[in-house]
Amino acid sequence: MDKKVSKISILTKGIIKENPVLVLLLGTCPTLATTSSAINGIGMGISATAVLICSNIVISLLRKIIPDKVRIPCYIVVIAGFVTVVQMLLQAFVPSLYASLGLFIPLIVVNCIILGRAEMFASKNNPFDSALDGIGMGLGFTLALGIMGLIREFIGCGTMFDIPVQTFLPGMGIFNLAPGGFFVYGILVAIVNFITKGKGTKKSFGCEGCAMAATCGGARKENECGKGAEA
Amino acid sequence: MSTITIMMSVILVNNYVLSQFLGICPFLGVSKKLDAAAGMGFAVIFVMVLATAATWPIMQVLDSFKIGYLQTVVFILVIAALVQLVEMILKKFIPALHKSLGVYLPLITTNCAVLGVCISNIDSGYGYFTSLCNAAGAGIGFLLAMVLFAGVRGKLENEEGVPEAFKGVPLTLITAAMLSLGFMGFSGLFQ
Repeated sequence: MDKKVSKISILTKGIIKENPVLVLLLGTCPTLATTSSAINGIGMGISATAVLICSNIVISLLRKIIPDKVRIPCYIVVIAGFVTVVQMLLQAFVPSLYASLGLFIPLIVVNCIILGRAEMFASKNNPFDSALDGIGMGLGFTLALGIMGLIREFIGCGTMFDIPVQTFLPGMGIFNLAPGGFFVYGILVAIVNFITKGKGTKKSFGCEGCAMAATCGGARKENECGKGAEA
Repeated sequence: MSTITIMMSVILVNNYVLSQFLGICPFLGVSKKLDAAAGMGFAVIFVMVLATAATWPIMQVLDSFKIGYLQTVVFILVIAALVQLVEMILKKFIPALHKSLGVYLPLITTNCAVLGVCISNIDSGYGYFTSLCNAAGAGIGFLLAMVLFAGVRGKLENEEGVPEAFKGVPLTLITAAMLSLGFMGFSGLFQ
């Protein structure tokens, strides 16, 4: 990372320019699974943001202590610890959200955004910058999930944040189910593509963003992942 | 519920990829070529069954010490260690299998479908044998979705006539929506 990058750009790049969901195409599983309503989407976003900020700070503090060879398992332990904390907090204070997110709370551990930021940013930068990066990326994630949740909830049930807002259309239940998730996500990525004219947008799902890229033999560069598989 | 019903329902009705959104990253990332998709699918079946075989007894131990809240931390570490171990063993003793599955193994550590199946087996209160069958079913469902999707994507290589903004990822996602819509036809098949 360039030293001249200002603090503000670290914070804001995650929100629009490098939005983890819509531009970098990371963390697709929770994006699709938890956005059947806006509240679920935002709840997931905030939980993941909390884990991301805490793990970024801790990993950044420990970056000189953790040996390079075992860094991925160390990151996973730190992240899993914070996920457990968030899981317990949700269970205690927002049991309804805990019930509706269900399995996807422990699965924050394997969210590629968090491990990816640990590997790409927190392991190379100081704790303050890492915290800013975590806040920015987390906000971007929450924003994308919130928007997707709103769209799906609006078309699927005609409500927004559980408040009925439109009555002229019958709710199209399919948007609350699996196919609607894929569809809305595809349309949103297409809109982002259209606005940015393809600039700064990855054209395909690749190894670059995958947190395991560094440990996976042939995946040093994008595209080599598939090639290594065929050899 | 019989074991067969559980397996069939997790393959078709509650397909991990297409209706539960687990393991989307490899589903979208490694489905460009049919052989790679099949390889990844078989590797996932293998790791899912193995991970369940290892984590189910561990959960009983955690429960007996009343530290069930450590589930997430312990499971992910066990899976990561297991995958590394399996890779080493395969490399040493069965090089042919390592050649076809090995490259996918490290990628599977952070595949949410593997951790997902382990946790959901515990949450559903399945016994040991049922858990193993459920894991195998989840893996087979993943393989099925991967292979079907790779077949469809093979036909989409030539993106002529597709609007510029929809090329690549958006088209892939909308194709996945269609496939998922198809799998909804199975809902209600098993209770």
